[in-house]
Amino acid sequence: MYVRISAAIAAICFSSGMAMAEGAKLTDPQIAHIAYTAGEIDIKAAKQALDKASSKDVKQFAQDMVRDHEAVNKQALDLVKKLKVTPEDNETSKALSRQAADKLAELGKLKGAAFDKAYVANEVAYHKTVDGALETQLIPSASNSELKGLLQTGLKIFQGHEQHAEHVAAELK
Amino acid sequence: MQRARRFAAIAALWLAAGASARAATIQISMENLEVAPAVTSARVGDTIEWTNKDVLLHSATARNGDFDVTLPPKKTASFVLKKAGTVDYYCRYHPNMKATINVAP
Repeated sequence: MYVRISAAIAAICFSSGMAMAEGAKLTDPQIAHIAYTAGEIDIKAAKQALDKASSKDVKQFAQDMVRDHEAVNKQALDLVKKLKVTPEDNETSKALSRQAADKLAELGKLKGAAFDKAYVANEVAYHKTVDGALETQLIPSASNSELKGLLQTGLKIFQGHEQHAEHVAAELK
Repeated sequence: MQRARRFAAIAALWLAAGASARAATIQISMENLEVAPAVTSARVGDTIEWTNKDVLLHSATARNGDFDVTLPPKKTASFVLKKAGTVDYYCRYHPNMKATINVAP
């Protein structure tokens, strides 16, 4: 399980590293797409958890994720509209979506407490990955100051989610 | 007798003035999942006014049950302190947002 998560993180780092190595610095439309995709992925995961989770705390956490990520993504959509930027699909977004689809399928096979544990563990790992990407790649690459600002706000929020997930994970043990 | 009455009137005025001067409104902001200031000193009768500057739903929920104020995105809500003591509170939706109010009698 943990090996698989690290492998997924390595794959994301590798694929985005590849994109960078090819000299294609991430553009604002790509960054917007990645950030939005990352939010959508967490909303989907949370909706699966609302359906399958048995612990009240896990359900509550999933509800918080849907609410927050929808709010942030709405803000992101408003901003790209204002800036007249069209989010552009790219290798990093695709890698994120592929891994998320695999994870949804994997978690879909679990039930009860096993599902709860796996979902929350993945939420910790996922937010860590996204926070890392925001900090080292997306925020430094963003050229528009409003986009950068939104990503910085997003980072704060997702760091909060990471701590929240860690707390829920500890409670489950 | 008259003196006593005058004294009582003056005392009442003083008390009223003192009370109104003392009841303050204290502002606390919630922005980027941080409560600022994280520690606040107040007195019984003061109003705490929280402003949520985020696009996210927050709450100010006292651990001892004294208050539970819901703060929709970009909104302000308040609560009048009724009891002395140290009250720890947090956001129900983001439990890592924590703060304290020290309420003097």
